[in-house]
Amino acid sequence: MVSAFARTALVALLLPASAVLAASAQETKEAYSAAKALSDKAAANKNQWPATLTALAAAKAAIEAGRHDEALSKAKEAEALARASIEQTEREKTAWKDAVIR
Amino acid sequence: MPSTIRVRASAGAEQTDVQSLIQHPMDSGYVKDAKGELIPAHYIETVTFEHGGKVVFTAFWGPAVSKDPYLKFKFSGGKKGDDLKVTWTDNLGKTDSSVSKLG
Amino acid sequence: MKALLAPAAGLALALSIAIPGIADAWAAEMVDPKADLKTFQAYFYEKFPNVKHEDFVNGPYSMDEGMRKQWEEKEEFPPYDFAIEKGKELFETPFKNGKTFADCFENGGIGVRQNFPRFDLKLGEVVTLEYAVNRCLTENGETPYSYVKDEMAAVTAYMASTSRGKPFAIDVPNDPRALAAYEAGKQYFYTRRGQLNFSCASCHVQNPGNRIRAEVLAPALGITAALPIYRSEWGGMGTATRRYMSCNSQVRGTPLAPDDELYRDVDYFLSFMSNGLPISGPGARP
Repeated sequence: MVSAFARTALVALLLPASAVLAASAQETKEAYSAAKALSDKAAANKNQWPATLTALAAAKAAIEAGRHDEALSKAKEAEALARASIEQTEREKTAWKDAVIR
Repeated sequence: MPSTIRVRASAGAEQTDVQSLIQHPMDSGYVKDAKGELIPAHYIETVTFEHGGKVVFTAFWGPAVSKDPYLKFKFSGGKKGDDLKVTWTDNLGKTDSSVSKLG
Repeated sequence: MKALLAPAAGLALALSIAIPGIADAWAAEMVDPKADLKTFQAYFYEKFPNVKHEDFVNGPYSMDEGMRKQWEEKEEFPPYDFAIEKGKELFETPFKNGKTFADCFENGGIGVRQNFPRFDLKLGEVVTLEYAVNRCLTENGETPYSYVKDEMAAVTAYMASTSRGKPFAIDVPNDPRALAAYEAGKQYFYTRRGQLNFSCASCHVQNPGNRIRAEVLAPALGITAALPIYRSEWGGMGTATRRYMSCNSQVRGTPLAPDDELYRDVDYFLSFMSNGLPISGPGARP
């Protein structure tokens, strides 16, 4: 017969393990905000990529449906795409001159 | 309502060269609009050209012909000043026709 | 080059007072549209010695014989004919206040297309023909047109048809704002964008006459001369803005707002680069 104390302790031990396996709502919220911030920067650069917006929208839909693993993965994808578009703008600030007909 | 048919026809010694441009959406019925709804089929089915009381050319069109179709053909005979009548009818029963002079 | 240094130095001085730091940037790179024009045109004339200079305004048809034959046949009875007719009607129909488009343009708007885009010194921005048409509408209490097709394409098609054959006469005045707009347009043209990482130059400077999928690429020289165009791909007319927006999408980038100043700036740059070449619009393209 397991005491109430032991049962609580057992559950308390198991809980952190489950948090490591699945993304939490907090994690996806942060990942989404980070991706959104970069996406907004890309838009402000007038160099937004539709793929970024698609991934971001998919992340948002997954969050709303409670599918946090999917949301995290989509948010990270959106962040990577947004970052790439921002880097493209940075690079092109000087690189464009090399393309000018001489 | 301005005519949907433009014709330019020039009569040579033995034959007449005809070009025509017809304004028509020629919707195939398979294309969707921005809302995702099918644009209903609306295309010309028949075009006829008449000269001197005879039909000199008939075209049977369908959904594979593009919007605002352009047509070019020749027929033997015809003199400058003759009348050339063009008529089209589409799958919705609409029709237009015009008469122009051979140049 | 020496002749440019004196006024440019004065310009740099004036600017360094107005905008600190800019004098350094300007001293490093002088914005010299006329020098750019010579280099740009020379590049295309040398690359395609068998193409007559004025033929560059015919885009892919100056690059491919087979396409040219089909185009010449179609030009006997062009698909943009309906747009010209519609445009003439719209152009001549009075607004609710009794005025017409003719009141907004010099020479009543006839035979003026080759002067656009212009840099409007009062507004401090580039005014393309489309922008001028919409300004005319709003100033007369009418609803502006969409920038990409339909009425805008019809009215500009009509106006272009009255300028057929007239050489582009674009002016970049010696005003820092005009030079900045020109330079912004030039930068836009050469900047890579979108997931596919292409710039306008990737196709139209590095690959004119070559194919992208099934299309033959047009040279950048003279590329704005045929606008607006009836594109078989669109099954209808489209303005320069329509083309810029679809190009953005095709390189997997999000298009800008239709009246974005960058589209007007790049139109300014490209049209200036075509100075001297004849208006061929409205045009037909695959």
